[in-house]
Amino acid sequence: MEKVYARTKTIQDDKVSGFCPGCMHSTVIKLIGEVLEEMNLVEKAACVLGIGCCGLHMDYIAYDNITAPHGRACAVATGMKRSNPDSLVFTYQGDGDFASIGLAESISAANRGENITVIFINNGIYGMTGGQMAPTTLIGMKASTAPKGRIAEEHGYPMHMCEILNQLTAPAYLERTSCNTPQNVMKTKKAIQKAFQNQLDGKGFSMVEIVTSCPTNWGLEPLDALTYIEEKMLPEFPLGVVRDR
Amino acid sequence: MARVFMKGCEAIAEAAVRAGCRFFAGYPITPQNEIPEYFARRLPEVGGTFVQGESEVASINMVYGAASAGTRSMTSSSSPGVALKSEGISYCASARIPMVYANISRGGPGVGSIQPAQMDYFQATKASGNGGFRMRVFAPSTVQEAVDMTYQAFDYADQDRNPVLILADGVIGTMMEPVVLPDMKSDEEIAAIKESKKSWACIGHPLDYANRAWIQPGQWSTIVQQKCNEEARDLYASWEPEVEEYQVEDAEIVIAAYGISARISKSVVDMLRKEGVLVGLIRPKTVYPFPYAAFDHINYEKCKAVLDVEMSIPAQFVEDVAAAVKERCPIETCLCSGGNIMSREAVIDAVKKINEK
Amino acid sequence: METNLCVAGFGGQGVMTLGKFLASATCDSTDKNVTFFPSYGAEQRGGTANCFVVISDDMIGAPLGDVMDDLIVMNGPSLHKFLDTLKPGGTLFINSSIVSDDIAREDIKVVKAPVTEMALEMGNAKVLNVIMLGVYIGYTEVVSPEVVWGTIEHKLGKKPKLLPLNKEAFEKGLDIGRSQRG
Repeated sequence: MEKVYARTKTIQDDKVSGFCPGCMHSTVIKLIGEVLEEMNLVEKAACVLGIGCCGLHMDYIAYDNITAPHGRACAVATGMKRSNPDSLVFTYQGDGDFASIGLAESISAANRGENITVIFINNGIYGMTGGQMAPTTLIGMKASTAPKGRIAEEHGYPMHMCEILNQLTAPAYLERTSCNTPQNVMKTKKAIQKAFQNQLDGKGFSMVEIVTSCPTNWGLEPLDALTYIEEKMLPEFPLGVVRDR
Repeated sequence: MARVFMKGCEAIAEAAVRAGCRFFAGYPITPQNEIPEYFARRLPEVGGTFVQGESEVASINMVYGAASAGTRSMTSSSSPGVALKSEGISYCASARIPMVYANISRGGPGVGSIQPAQMDYFQATKASGNGGFRMRVFAPSTVQEAVDMTYQAFDYADQDRNPVLILADGVIGTMMEPVVLPDMKSDEEIAAIKESKKSWACIGHPLDYANRAWIQPGQWSTIVQQKCNEEARDLYASWEPEVEEYQVEDAEIVIAAYGISARISKSVVDMLRKEGVLVGLIRPKTVYPFPYAAFDHINYEKCKAVLDVEMSIPAQFVEDVAAAVKERCPIETCLCSGGNIMSREAVIDAVKKINEK
Repeated sequence: METNLCVAGFGGQGVMTLGKFLASATCDSTDKNVTFFPSYGAEQRGGTANCFVVISDDMIGAPLGDVMDDLIVMNGPSLHKFLDTLKPGGTLFINSSIVSDDIAREDIKVVKAPVTEMALEMGNAKVLNVIMLGVYIGYTEVVSPEVVWGTIEHKLGKKPKLLPLNKEAFEKGLDIGRSQRG
C-alpha cells in the first residue's frame, strides 16, 4: 500500500500530547512541524515557548526549545536571534502571554523590527490556569475571574494585536488566521510558511495570530466550539492579512 | 603593563569585552549608565551586539536568550532595577544558563537614593529571585578588582553553568582609578567557547529526539525537579570562598567589611597601626559563598570586638559576620546609608571607642 | 604622602574636567596611586558640581575624605559648603572674580586668582578651569606642569585649534600659582 500521509517527524512518536480534546494547539504544532520539515528548517529551529498551555508540547517536539518567563518570549527571542542570526527563532505564545503580561516585550520587539517570527494563539481565555479573563476575551464571554462575563465598563474591550502592531512602522508581516475549518487550517499553514520565509529573507518582525478554541474553558463541546469561533470570535477578530511588506 | 585611568563602570564593561562577552542588554538607571553606554560604543567594534531593552525585565530576558544561544552575555543595573531582573535571574539559575550581571548599588529601599550604598546584601546573597538558588557573588573594593573579578566571572559562569553577580556600589562604579586591563580573548578563543556550548545551546540541531537542545527553567516531573535541586545544591557546596585577611593575627579589634567599606577600613587599619592600635581587617571578596572560616583565625582571647562596617541601615552583612563569630566576642557596628558614603573618620572613631573600653 | 583635593563650583565651570585632567596626568606619568570621584546628583545642568582627587604614594582608602588638604572653589556656595572640611594648614584656591567673601579662617593659606575675568579677557569663558588648574599646579607642584600639560594636550587632541588658547591659559595660571608660593 502506498503511504499517503505520515505525521511530521518533529513530533515524537512515543509521546502523548497534554492537550484537551478539541484543542487547536495540536493542529498548530503539527502545522509548524510540517512547515519546518518542508522548508528544511528543523536543524535551524529554536522555539521560544510562552508560559501556559503553550508549553505543554515541549516534551514531544523534536526541535530545540526554551521556555521564557511569562510574557518575555519576544525578549528572549531577541537575544537568541541577535547572538545567533543563523538560527530560525520563533515564539509560541498565548493571549495572556503575548497581549497581557508581555505587552511591552511584544510591542517593543515588533517596533525594533526584530527578525523573528511570532506564532500567537488567541483563544480569548487563560487555559492552563483555569479559564480566567484574557485581554482578548469577548464582551459577555464568561471567565472564572469575570463570572458575569466581560463587561466593557469594567474590563474594557478585547485587544486586537494585529491592528495594534499595525500602528508601528517596522513590522513586516501581520496576519490573522484560524483553524476552525480545513480551508482555514491550510491558510494558517501558508501564513506560517510566509512568516518563516520572511525571517530567512531578513525582512524583520512577522506575526501570525491564530484564532483558536478552548472547549474546556469555554464549556463547550469541540464541535460547538467551532461554531462559537465562526459566530462570535471571527466577527470580533476578522481574518486576513493586516500588513505585508 | 601600561595602566589606564578608567571609571569603574567603563572598566567593568571593557573587562567583560576582553573576557569574550559579545552580547549586552540593559536599561538606563543611575549610577550604572556608563556600563550600557560603553557597551553601545564598544560591542559593534568587536562584532558583538548591544540592545537597549524596553525595561530591566526585557533586558535580563534578552541575556537569557543570548546566553542560551551559547554567547557570553551580560546585563547590569542598580538596586531597584536589579529587583526587576530577579525573575530572569532565577530562570537562568534554574535552566543552568551561564551569564554575568553587575549591580552598581544605590540607596534603598524603594527608589531610594541614586548615591552609593550597600543596601542590597540580602538581595545579592540570600534571595536574588524565587526558588532559593545561589550564585557566586563577587564584591570588588577597587576598580582593578572590579576588572579582574568581571573577567573571571565569565569563566566561573561557564564552568558552573550558573549566573555570577558582581556586587559593586556607586563609588566603585563612578570613581576613576588606574587599572591594568587583562588580555583580549582572540576571536578564535571566543569561537571555541561558543562551540563548547553547542550541545546544549538553543540554536537548532539535526532532527534527533535525544540530541535536541531543551532549555528548561522548570520540570514537569516533581522527581526530576528535586533531582535538579539536589544537583544545584551540590554545585553550590563545591564553591570556595575568597577572602582577604589583613593584620588579623594579633588584632584586638577586627573590622569586618566588604566592597568600598572594606577599602576605607583597610586604610584605617594602616593609619591606626602607626599609632599602635592593634586593629585588623577581614574582607570577603566573595560575599557568597561567605568566608565564615576566616573568622576562626581571630585570636578571641585578645579580641575586644569585631567591628562591622557597612553602608546599610539596618545592617545586613552583620548577620553573616555574627554567624561566623559565633558569640566568641562582641560585635559593634559602624554604619551609614541612604547614599552617604562611609567616612574614614567615623571608622577611626568607632575603632578608638572600642579600644578605650 | 597623600593629598586630598576637593574641586567645587557651578555645573558648567569645568570642575569635573579640572579634576580629571589632574588625576589622569598623575596616572599617565607617575607611579603614584590616584583616584577621581565625582559627586553626582539627579540634575543634568546647574546646581553645584564637585569632585574629589586623591593622590598618594600608598594605597588609597577613601576616594573622598571628610578632611581636605586642598580646596578649589569656583563660586560662593561652594565656599560655604566646603570651607570647614579644609584641614588647618590646608590651602584654599579661590576664583576671586566671583567669590568676594572674606575668609573667616586664619589657620589656612589662601591663593586667589580671578579666573573668570581672565578667561573672558582671553576671549573664551570656558578656559577658567584650565587657568585654575595652572594656579593649583604652579602653587603645589603635586605633579609637574609638563606632565599635566601633556595630558591636556592629549585630551584636546581632537580639537587642535583650542590648544594655543589652553596653553596660554594654563601658563597664566602657573605664573599666578608660582608667584604666590612662600
